[in-house]
Amino acid sequence: MGKVLMKGNEVIAEAAVHAGCKYFFGYPITPQSELVAYMARRLPEVGGLFLQAESEVAAINMVYGAAGTGVRVMTSSSSPGFSLKQEGISYLVGAELPALIVNVVRGGPGLGNIQPAQSDYFQVTKGGGHGDYHTPVLAPSTLQEIIELTEAAFDIADRYRTPVILLGDGMLGQMMEPVEFKNLTERQPGEKDWTTTGTRGDGKPRIITSLELNADALEKRNEKLQHKFALIKQNEVRYETYEIEDADYIVTAYGTAARIAMNAINNARADGLKIGMIRPITLWPFPEQPFIETRDKVKGYISVEMSAGQMVEDVRLAVNGKAPVTFFGRTGGVVPTQEEIYEYIMKVAGGVEV
Amino acid sequence: MEEILIAGFGGQGVMSMGQLIAYAGMKEGKYVSWLPSYGPEQRGGTANCAVVVSGEQVGSPLVSQPTTAIVLNNPSYYKFEPTVRPGGLLIVNASLISKTSERTDIKVMNLKATELANELGNPKIANMILLGAFLEITGILSDESILEALKKVLSPEKHSLLEINKRALELGRLSTKVGI
Repeated sequence: MGKVLMKGNEVIAEAAVHAGCKYFFGYPITPQSELVAYMARRLPEVGGLFLQAESEVAAINMVYGAAGTGVRVMTSSSSPGFSLKQEGISYLVGAELPALIVNVVRGGPGLGNIQPAQSDYFQVTKGGGHGDYHTPVLAPSTLQEIIELTEAAFDIADRYRTPVILLGDGMLGQMMEPVEFKNLTERQPGEKDWTTTGTRGDGKPRIITSLELNADALEKRNEKLQHKFALIKQNEVRYETYEIEDADYIVTAYGTAARIAMNAINNARADGLKIGMIRPITLWPFPEQPFIETRDKVKGYISVEMSAGQMVEDVRLAVNGKAPVTFFGRTGGVVPTQEEIYEYIMKVAGGVEV
Repeated sequence: MEEILIAGFGGQGVMSMGQLIAYAGMKEGKYVSWLPSYGPEQRGGTANCAVVVSGEQVGSPLVSQPTTAIVLNNPSYYKFEPTVRPGGLLIVNASLISKTSERTDIKVMNLKATELANELGNPKIANMILLGAFLEITGILSDESILEALKKVLSPEKHSLLEINKRALELGRLSTKVGI
């Protein structure tokens, strides 16, 4: 197939089709509407179904219904619309249903604006809806990586019977970059022995629900969920490191912020400073290991985010007081420039109190 | 690494200029990225896009200090003229921008692109004239790659416009030598 130039939102959609997703329920919102539009055109071509719901709440509940039949299904939105889906995501977790939910984050809180942001980190990594739960969160930083992680997201969703979140931002959604779809064989969801597609008289009725009125039984169910989360933490952590072996300071950033910070790090390296990077790819489970391995050696960590400081809390937990952790961020849809990140790195490395 | 910023009114073809450069760069095996400004826009408002063409994987697709800025209207001139990196290039659509840059640390090319486009018979082609000038001065991409990219960007029913686009590119190249 070779390389093609595509918008990030379209790459997510095409990658989902490649991953065997045939069902999409959604509602348009900037800056992710191209994803919805692409699916409207594309899914009928592969014998799938696209439906524009009357609202985000309706869309996520349609996802719940479709997921119960065992098909690969997804929805997508941007921050305010994603908030509306939170109730449904909690239900998906409770009922143990696999699905992909995409959040192309924009500036908040409230209606905010349509510019890129990373201010939904808390919401996606700490549960977001009601009840004791986590959802795996994958955060690509290039359009090629979107392909890899969209496929991985569907696999993780099926493997653990859980909704999975793909977290982008307005910049990743709107930009174009060459991508290559290497895996041309369409993936299949695999056998599922829990779907509600009718017993045809050959077995007991199956029930999919998040309701459990008996407290002891609900506690048991929660313990089972917690066990599942522990397994995900054990098996699904993903991250990338860059030049951390000799680093005095390690920048940590994900998604778009990581791309920009990478330029600043290279410039700082060219000026003789030993700066490295840890780039979390799964935000939950958060990659603690690279911090544990470096925290006794480095002079400090710098978390760079397009938020007022959210991932930095997980960085501090992983570093556990063994080294100073500082933060640089811009909010409200402002994307930090590599120059200002570079200046901040220089300040911290130069020993300026920040 | 070329970091290009293209800016003008919505409708002047600044987004497609950027996409053509990105497509052509990809065809020539380079790493590219294209990033549009996508604020709340209005008809006649300003639009811009950032394109990076590089021999290595593109880090930041944001361009804050362009190696080349191509500006097609007054607001874009005032916004981006000061940001061009020293040693860089500023290409100005002098048909719509009366101010002339006084910077001595950059190369400035003033082209009456809209007038030249009118002479070619299609005012919409001004962007391709400026693109031709950009290609001539920087030499980063061949006309063939750009024209191949154009075939991708233009829907088949608009392929009749390929010829005038080609002539606009040539005119743009030529005008950098004679100084129009």
